[in-house]
Order: sequence, then C-alpha cells, then structure tokens
Amino acid sequence: MSTATTHDTHHEEHPSGLLRWVFTTNHKDIGTLYLIFALAMFFIGGAMAMIIRAELFQPGLQFVDPQFFNSMTTMHALIMVFGAVMPAFVGLANWLVPMMIGAPDMALPRMNNWSFWILPFAGIMLLGTLFMEGGAPAAGWTMYPPLVLQTGNAFPFLIFSVHLLGISSIMGAINIIVTIVNMRAPGMTMMKMPLFVWTWLITAYLLIAVMPVFAGAVTMLLTDQFFGTSFFNAAGGGDPVMYQHIFWFFGHPEVYIMILPAFGVVSQIIPTFARKRLFGYSSMVYATASIAFLSFIVWAHHMFTVGLPLTGELYFMYATMLIAVPTGVKVFNWVSTMWKGSMTFETPMLFALGFVVLFTIGGFSGLMMAITPVDFQYHDTYFIVAHFHYVLVSGSVFSIFAAAYYWLPKWTGNMYDEKLGKLHFWLSAIFVNILFFPQHFLGLAGMPRRIPDYSIQFTEFNQMSSLGGFAFGLTQLLFVYIVIKTVRGGSKATEKVWEGAEGLEWTLPSPPPYHSFTTAPEVK
Amino acid sequence: MLVSNVKRWLTALAGLALSVSTGGAAAEWGLNLRRGVTPISQQAYDLHMLILWICVAIGVVVFGAMFISIIKHRKSKGAKPATFHESTTVEIIWTIVPFLILIGMAIPATKALIAMENTSNPDLTIKVTGYQWKWGYDYLDDGVSFMSTLTTPKEQILDQQEKGENYLLEVDNPVVIPVNKKVRLLITANDVIHAWWVPDFGMKKDAIPGFVNDMWIKADTEGTYRGQCAELCGKDHGFMPIVVEVKNEADYQQWLVAQKAAMEADAAGADREWSMAELMERGEKVYNTNCLACHQANGEGVPGAFPGLKGSALTTGPANAHLQIVMDGKPGTAMAAFGGQLSDIDLAAVVTFERNSWGNDLGDLVQPSEVKAAR
Repeated sequence: MSTATTHDTHHEEHPSGLLRWVFTTNHKDIGTLYLIFALAMFFIGGAMAMIIRAELFQPGLQFVDPQFFNSMTTMHALIMVFGAVMPAFVGLANWLVPMMIGAPDMALPRMNNWSFWILPFAGIMLLGTLFMEGGAPAAGWTMYPPLVLQTGNAFPFLIFSVHLLGISSIMGAINIIVTIVNMRAPGMTMMKMPLFVWTWLITAYLLIAVMPVFAGAVTMLLTDQFFGTSFFNAAGGGDPVMYQHIFWFFGHPEVYIMILPAFGVVSQIIPTFARKRLFGYSSMVYATASIAFLSFIVWAHHMFTVGLPLTGELYFMYATMLIAVPTGVKVFNWVSTMWKGSMTFETPMLFALGFVVLFTIGGFSGLMMAITPVDFQYHDTYFIVAHFHYVLVSGSVFSIFAAAYYWLPKWTGNMYDEKLGKLHFWLSAIFVNILFFPQHFLGLAGMPRRIPDYSIQFTEFNQMSSLGGFAFGLTQLLFVYIVIKTVRGGSKATEKVWEGAEGLEWTLPSPPPYHSFTTAPEVK
Repeated sequence: MLVSNVKRWLTALAGLALSVSTGGAAAEWGLNLRRGVTPISQQAYDLHMLILWICVAIGVVVFGAMFISIIKHRKSKGAKPATFHESTTVEIIWTIVPFLILIGMAIPATKALIAMENTSNPDLTIKVTGYQWKWGYDYLDDGVSFMSTLTTPKEQILDQQEKGENYLLEVDNPVVIPVNKKVRLLITANDVIHAWWVPDFGMKKDAIPGFVNDMWIKADTEGTYRGQCAELCGKDHGFMPIVVEVKNEADYQQWLVAQKAAMEADAAGADREWSMAELMERGEKVYNTNCLACHQANGEGVPGAFPGLKGSALTTGPANAHLQIVMDGKPGTAMAAFGGQLSDIDLAAVVTFERNSWGNDLGDLVQPSEVKAAR
C-alpha cells in the first residue's frame, strides 16, 4: 500500500514562504494552521484563567476590578471553547480524516482554506473588545439577556465574531461530511471507518444543526439592542428565558461537539497500546449516535432554576439521566479493551488513560447534577465549574494532547522526547486535580461561580486551586517545547510508529506525502 | 502569613482525610453539601449522598477493573493480548444494569421534586426583588417592605482592614421569617436576572425581570442563615448577599411591629420641610448603598463604563431633570430606575447630596414633597 509515495508533480506549484500558508488548500497545511491557532488561543485563554485564579487566591480584591474579572471569565470561556478546543479538533480532523479513509485531501479544499482564515479575524475581533470603551463582554459566555445588553461598545463586535466563528465551523463541518461520505477508499464501508472518523462525522452533523441556532439567538440580541425588537425583553412582550432555551438548544450539543471527537481519539489510542482490538466497535458507534441524539433533547437541564413547570423538570431530569447509559457503554468498552491486553504506557496512552479516569469523574458529577432536586443546590456554584473543567480540560484537552503525541511522529517524521512527554503527562495529571478537585468542595460548601471575591470560609480550597492552576499553566509550556523539539528533529519515526497501530494512516510514510493517497488503497 | 496559611491548609487537608474515613465530619469542614434546616434541604442532602455513594461504588468497580488491568495486563510483565471482542450479551448487560440503577435514582428524585415544587397553602408570602446589586423584600400580607444591601465596608474588600467573620455575607436589613411556618417566596427582578439562594434552605430560584417565580421555605431551627446571588448579574454580582433571620413567632411579631412603625415615621416625614443638613446626611447614606458601586465615592464614576457625577451637566443642571433620571433610570444602561426602590425622602436626599458634593455646590435642595409631586 505504499503506492502513495509517488505523485505527479504538476500539482506542486504551491507558493513558498508565508504565502504558502495563506493560499494553501492542502489538508495537512490547514490542519497545522488550525492546531497552531488553537495552541495560541489555549495560551491566551489560559493567561486569562491565570488572572482569574490570581484574583481568587485570597479573599478581597487584589488585582482586578469586578467588571474586568467578569470580562476575564467571559473571554476565557469564549476563547477556550471557540478558539482552542473546537479549532484543535477541526485541525485533527483535517490532518487525519483524509489519511484515515484513504483520500488524497479534503473534498472541498478552497472552502477549507476559507474556513480556517476566517478564524484569526474573528479571534482578533473578539480579543479587540478588551480595548474598547466599556470593556470586553462580561455577561458570561452564555450571554444571557438582559445583562448582555449592558455591554458597551464591544457588543456588536461580540455578536459578529460569534457569527464568523459559526460560519467557519459550519464550513469545516460540511467539508468533513462531504469528505467522509464521498472519498472513502474502495472497500471502506461505513462500519469499517476508524472511530475517530465516525465520531467526527456525527460531530459535524451536530455542528451544522446547532451553529445556525446560535447565530439566530445572537442576532436576536443584536436587533433587541439596536433595532428596537423585544425578543427577550418582557416589557415589550418578549421573554428573557426564551433566549436561554435557544442558547442551550445550541449549547448542549455544543458541549458534545467538544467531547465526541475526544471519544474518537481515545478509541484509536487505547487499542493500539493495549495491542488488542476495540472491544465493541459497533456498540461504540451506536453509543456515539445515541449521545448525539440525546444532546438535542436535554437542553433545559442547564436551566432547572428558571422556574420550569414540574412536568418539564421531570422530563429533562429523566432525559438527562439517560445520557449516562451510552456514556457508560463507552467507558465499559474502553476498560474491556484494556482487559487482558498487552499494555505499554507511552505518552499518548497515559493521556488516554488519564482521560478515561478523569472524564468519568466529570461524568459522575454530571449524573449528580442531572438529579433536579439536588441541582437546585449545585446550580451556578463551583461544583458546576469543577464538573465542566473535568470533562473539558482533563477530558477534551487531555485527548487533544494524547492525539498530538500519538500522531506527531506521523506528521513530522520524528519521534517526540518520550521522557519529556511522560513528564508533561504526570505534571498535568497531578496539577489538573489540585486545580479542579477542590472546586467540588467549594461548590458544595456554597461558593457561587463568577464571583471575584468570596467569604473567608472558602479561602483554603481557593488557594489550593490557584496554586494547582499556576502549576498546570506553566506545565503546558513544556508541551510547546516538546512539539518544537520534535518538529526540528529527533529519532526518525517508522511508517507504523507504534507496534500495535492499525489504520490506513500508518501505511503512509512518516511524514506522509503532500497529497496523502494519490492512488486509493484497497480496504479488505 | 505563610505559616498561618500552611496551618489552615493542613486543617483543611485533615478535614478531607477525616471526611473520607468517617464521612461524618464533612459538613463542619465545608467539604460537603449542607444538610440545612428545611425539609427540602434535607431531602436534597439525602439524595446527594445517595447518588454520591452510588457513583463511588460504580467508580470503584470501573476504576478497579481498569487498574487491575493496568497492573497485570502489561507487556513488561509478559502479558500476551487476548483476542476477544464484540459480545452482544455483555453489551446488553452493561446497558440494562445502569438503566436499572438510574430508575432507582429517579424514584426518590421524583418524590423530592414534587414536594419541592408544591408551594400551595403558605402561612406567609414575601415578594423578593433582585436589583443590581441588592435585594428588595415586600411582606405582602403585612405591608412591610425594605431593601437589603451589603454592609461589608469597602476597606475590608480592598484589604485595608481585617476582614470580619461574615465578610461579604452581611447586610443592613436581613429578611426575618417565623420558624416552622411555610413561607412562600415570589421571586422577580427589576433589571437583569439574579438568583436567590440560601444553601441552608436547599433551593435557589432565578429572579427574572417581567416574570414571577416561586419557592417555599419552612425552616425548623431559629438562627441566621446566609446566602448569595447565584446568577451573574453584572459588576457587583459577588456583593449582593442574602441574610435570613429565622425567629420564633413572638420575636417575629415584635419585629413586624417595629418595621411598621419605622415605615409610618418615614411616611410622616415625607410631608414636612427638610433642612439642607438633614438631607445631606441622609443623602450620603443613600448614595453609599445605592450609587457608590458605579459612580464611586469621589463621584467621578469609571471612565468608559459609568459616567461621573462630579461637575457633570446633569448634576449641575436643572434639579428636575436630575431627579427624573434618578427616578426613571436610563434605558439601555446599568442606570436603574430608583423611583420604585427608594422613598420620597431618600430620593430627595440623594439628589440633594449629589448636587452639593465633590465640588458641586448648587446650594439648591429637593424636598420630599417635590418628589411626591413628581411621581
């Protein structure tokens, strides 16, 4: 299957230098751009988290005023969600989907270029609000009216950057769907696709379904603010709660958009290092599809305290609890895959195992808050903050690190420094727990989220959390060093890289040729 | 400082270890949900503990299997990979069993929820209104109403003074409710969405402008209970606490009588002529609790966010226009309409104060009777 090493040369007239990146339509170049962008945003959003943790290190106001603090929590979330995690997964999809399904490139390469190059502009517009009169958006990433309508000059820029990010995501999703549906190698039926491809296919459908809903919601905010409509203004016959319904109809699938590709990554990595087939491939596919379906019918569990009718609360409680079933199937499958395997613990496997344990802890707290009568206590406290950081940081972000270490040798042709990689994992795993575990206690003890100052009973756990946060943040610089070192050189990677690796991408040389598969491989 | 911090840390860690070993000490150390003092909070606590232990049990099984596998089935120990995969039976089992566990959780949760949402037949109804950034309370049966604002001094927040025991959890006018009576709260807001939450009462509810939500409390123990706004509501979201005093029936009635007397005195005062000194003194107090958060102590506001009042066109222009803005607010900004929140005396006092402070010296004063006429 190494026919891919030869390719005709007249496609190779791409510009060099900076313009290569501006005009590129190549899935690997675009994947790299996405990943670099995501990493840069990860550090910008991370710097904001450091400001938050510094202010919360002790009671009293030391560093920032409360309005700026609110801007930090708002911008941190927006940047991490739309700037770091989502683009990182799109970057992984760009790099991997064509190589995994035996295609030369993505189906719509020019749109691919455009969907990336919208991002830096949207990102700059969003970051630019920090310097505007009235300050950056400070109403939370959920942008609930009426509060969000008190935003200063930043308001229209916030809305337009959200529109742009949405357009970019939708184009990326269309591209991924078209590629997967049309460009699979002969013999690769749907049920033979690698799980990363499956999870991304489902994720792409979620994106197409909900990003327009989000765009609609923020557009209504825009017209409420500037054109006298009253969609969300009770005094004009509107309903502020309706915004929350629309937002979370987007928002809940959105959080699965950030976790389903992570499931895919982990389902690729665990079988490789356990040297054993994934226990239940088809049940994994069905579980992913079930989770995606359920994500559309549970949105109001984010809004249990808005005064839903009893029947509504009961329905959303039951529906939300159901998510535990397919999620459980996934976790049980990963564990069964490890069972009686022949495991080794290279960095990608460590991050994948860290993912399984810590994501499951986040899942447990998720199940707890599905129970409506207790969620009345948990809602809007640090318990929630702990929950979603467990699933997003030690979940999604860990899976992105796992993916980076797993495929970096394939992408660059060089092995990364295993010792440093392991060090990165252990420091991250320890500090992420010091950072987020005490937040469970803070929430249960009664600390609301999004407050810049707190009563003295919460001091100790906030200090632990802050120190864990600073250490976790510093640790991530190590990752940058490891990646740069790997790109620059290192021991040469083989085609297969990992002893237990399976899949078409491992049949290509490391690094793979510019056009992944110019002749489609045959899948049996 | 460092030593004391280390000590407090060790205490917290000891509490952590203790709670793991005994499970009982958790509440004292602020690790766990509070059991609280209402039937609702106790049901929520019991459910919380039930689900927590179920999760712990599932965690032990799943992580146990995983760690056994990590320890035993590793290549370095010569483990050879097995080849089994796909088992419909196993898949069905691990779909059905969690489903049954979920049903086991859903039954008590449903019962609790139905009880919590039953706000019928209250002994007493209080309307709670969220404002940026304070709470207003109206006792609908007795005609008592008042505002409740943070009393923690700015110096404590800015680290210029030792922080008190109830730092950020203290107010000027606490809500008072009788013990063992079903109190129904009607919750709404005036500007943006807030949420009323006292952990010991086991429930929080959003306060939404234009809508009225309700919840109920039946506290079984006298005492003072503290909570906070739980929905991001702007700059001073972290500075609008809730304090509830649960009193026995006699004390509650006594408090009610005193409140009514104070309100009557206020109403009577609105008709008389006030002197400059009186208005300035009262105006400063009103300013500090209502205006200072945005317009600042020096009246200079926050450039770009909140306009200054020192030497501004409004505060040095006609008094009527000034009063009108204070009463009606400024739509589309954080400037609330204070007409419904403050009494005639307070409005007259604060406008007078603003016109004669920080170098503003118009010398004119607004009488409560003028406010009454302007309404």
